[in-house]
Order: sequence, then C-alpha cells, then structure tokens
Amino acid sequence: MFVTLKPSVFDPQGNTIAQALQSLGYGAVSEVRQGKYFELDLNVSTDGEARQVASEVAERVLANPVIESFRIET
Amino acid sequence: MKFAIVVFPGSNCDHDAYHAVKHVLGEGAEFVWHKETTLATADVVIVPGGFSHGDYLRTGAIARFSPIMPAVTRFAASGGPVLGICNGFQILLECGLLPGAMLRNRDLKFHCEFVGLRLERTDTPFTGLGRAGQILRLPIAHGEGNYYAPPETLARLEDHGRIVFRYANAFGETTEQANPNGSVHSIAGICNEARNVVGLMPHPERACEAAIGSSDGLLLFKSVVSMLSERGDWQGSASLAQQA
Repeated sequence: MFVTLKPSVFDPQGNTIAQALQSLGYGAVSEVRQGKYFELDLNVSTDGEARQVASEVAERVLANPVIESFRIET
Repeated sequence: MKFAIVVFPGSNCDHDAYHAVKHVLGEGAEFVWHKETTLATADVVIVPGGFSHGDYLRTGAIARFSPIMPAVTRFAASGGPVLGICNGFQILLECGLLPGAMLRNRDLKFHCEFVGLRLERTDTPFTGLGRAGQILRLPIAHGEGNYYAPPETLARLEDHGRIVFRYANAFGETTEQANPNGSVHSIAGICNEARNVVGLMPHPERACEAAIGSSDGLLLFKSVVSMLSERGDWQGSASLAQQA
C-alpha cells in the first residue's frame, strides 16, 4: 500500500530531497514526492477480499484523507 | 472546578497542564488514563502535548482510537470546553473534532522557541478574558505544526471567525518571518463550529509563571474558569454523569 500526499499539498521533505538531488548534479530531477509504503499480511482467500480490507484500513487509519491519498497493489 | 487531563502513552505535557491548573490556578485537576472510558465529573477537558504513541504513522493518528476518545467526543458534543494543546491539537484534528491536518514544518526542523501570537477571537471558552488583537508570548515545541486545510475548509474557518490564534510579530503583523512552521494563513489555533473545542500548537500551560519566561498562557485557563463560574446554566458535568 502506498500513501502519498495529495498533489495539492506541499511536501517539504520531497522538496528538500529534490534540492539535494539537484545539487548533486541530477538536473533531470524536477520534483520529488515522498510517501509511505505498508506491507500487510492478510488472512483472506481472494484478491477482492484483500483489497476490501486494505482499502478500509487505508481510509480509516493509514492515510489521512485531508492530506493523503493511497494506492493498493496485491 | 475540575479539569480532566487525558494521558496517552507518550504524553509529556500532562504534568505541565496539571501544575498550571492545580498549583498556579488553584483549581481541581485529575489525570485520566487513555484506557478509561469516562471522564467522570470533569468541567473542562485538556488533551495535552507530547508524542502520543511515539507519533508513529502520523501525529495523533493512533491516540485518536484510544478508549477515552468517545467520552471526549461526547463531552464536546454536550458543549463541554475542550482544549487540545500541541499533540493534543493534532489528536483533535485526527479524530475530526477540529478540521484540517498537520504537515511537517516547512523547514523540516523541530522548533522549540517562544513565538508571538495574535489573539483573534474572544468568543471561545478559553479566550473570553482576552482582547482581540492582543499579543501573547507562548512557547512552541513541535516538528509537525504546519497547519493545512483545503481551500474550502479554510474559507469556512475564516468566514465563521474560527481562527482563534495566528502567529504574529510584536506589532501584530502576520509576516512570513513570524510564522515558525509555514501554517496556512499563519494559523496557530482554531475552534469548532460550536466554539467550545479549541486547539492550538503553542503551549499555554508552559507559560503560566513569569519565573519561567511568560505568564501569558494563564489567560486560557483563567478564561475557562471565569466562564464556567459565571455560567451557572452550564450542565456539562451533570449531562455527562447521566451518559456514563
């Protein structure tokens, strides 16, 4: 599960990392957005169930909908 | 008058709040462990600062699910005055009693310093004895105090006069320089729609005695005591006891 700040929200960490990369000579880097990554082991039998639990957990706890959005991979 | 001070694992300003209420103000104070499910007969609830649950995941994100929080929400819904300070403010944001969210400070640094605050509103239980435009000197100590709210929420806060404190310089100007963390509209503290729930990042409980740098924080505690003493009709304790 990937939790990232919404595009409209300023990301001071990503901004600082981008500046650091640029100062190291990586001029191709124009922007960096930093996020969080979670691995969940689930006792479920189908992909659909896994996605359902994961999205509920993301919406309720792991992401703050005011500032963050999430993406699930199974 | 009794103040309930909620204690989470990782709270570290709970004793400062207790000291301010009990020893400086001479009012009743009681700690309430986060595993409790009632606030007994509290007249005021303080959600104190610190690093509840190590600030893991997000500040306040785990404390929000503590067993005591439904009681705090009920207390707030019944009109009881609730003050969230620093991490307590972050918890109130996470649990939805106040709108918005906190981002990392714009310079990514933890700021531990005195700041200037302009008091915007005196129509909350914690600011009634103040005067609009008054400058308070209070300490801050946070890494994630960069207040953010989406534009429509921000507009609602401004329109309804719910921004209670803004970072400002000695002249009352909300300059970039006076804003320690990058908060939108220099917001340091807000209140809910009903105005009884107030949250702020600065620490009034750490500024209640001149000997430690400032006593400007006393305003918040004295205001709520004064409001509750005058308002005999306030039935917060009684209605809570019934719910419990």
